[in-house]
Amino acid sequence: MRRDVFQAIADPTRREIINLIARKSLTPNAVADSFDVSRQAISKHIKILTECGIIVINQQGRERFCYIQPEKLNEVQDWLTGFRKLWSKRFDALDNILSEMQTKQLPAKQKNKKR
Amino acid sequence: MTTKNRTKITAEPGRQELFITREFEAPRELVFKAFSDPAILVRFLGPDNLEMKIDHYNFKSGGSYRYTHTDKNGNEYAFRGCIHEVSAPEMAIQTFEFEGMPQKGHVSLDTSLFEALPNNRTRLTIHSVFRSVADRDGIVMSGMEDGLSQGFAKLDAILEKGI
Repeated sequence: MRRDVFQAIADPTRREIINLIARKSLTPNAVADSFDVSRQAISKHIKILTECGIIVINQQGRERFCYIQPEKLNEVQDWLTGFRKLWSKRFDALDNILSEMQTKQLPAKQKNKKR
Repeated sequence: MTTKNRTKITAEPGRQELFITREFEAPRELVFKAFSDPAILVRFLGPDNLEMKIDHYNFKSGGSYRYTHTDKNGNEYAFRGCIHEVSAPEMAIQTFEFEGMPQKGHVSLDTSLFEALPNNRTRLTIHSVFRSVADRDGIVMSGMEDGLSQGFAKLDAILEKGI
């Protein structure tokens, strides 16, 4: 099974869990209380999020708390950046071609008018 | 030209689609021509480090295309698709598939919309819909700057693991 940030955010419940914990660190039970699904299901999602490195669980006294790892979420942004760069390069090259086409087009039109 | 238009990529997590948006300082007919003429397309679509060759490019409704990117080691990456619809100069709908995938059928459906803007400008929106979230994520990953081949190797690895 793939375990990375994209796997983490692929599921809507996991995205909601991320949103919850991003605002406030919570115990797994407190997270489960915010959802209509079983504690077992939430605990499974929390396990996946932990394996993906999005959250860490720390013991505080008797309770265990889920903490967000925001720098991990930045990977999503970085990932899109590479794809954007590829297309930016293509379109920048196209910009040059288009302006070349436009300058070539003008004299051609003038010739047509003379005829 | 002093202002540079920005390329916008929209790919929401967990969805099977992505949007590529870009504006151009040229009239719509011209931008459309750049995408319909293989001699022009080959000049901007190929990534820097790869040589692009077009096998055929029959840009009309019911047509098809195939092109290859070759790296400096001679490795060839082929792409092909069918042209579903061409409505010059505002729309083109086509399929897109990387032939190097372990299994066939990882196809996306790409709709390119060319919008005429005031002052002879054009907005291009490419909307790609993939068969799965994993397919989409794989394509985005293949666009990493460190070279397409490396990206595809990663994509192969991901698909082999069976997401």
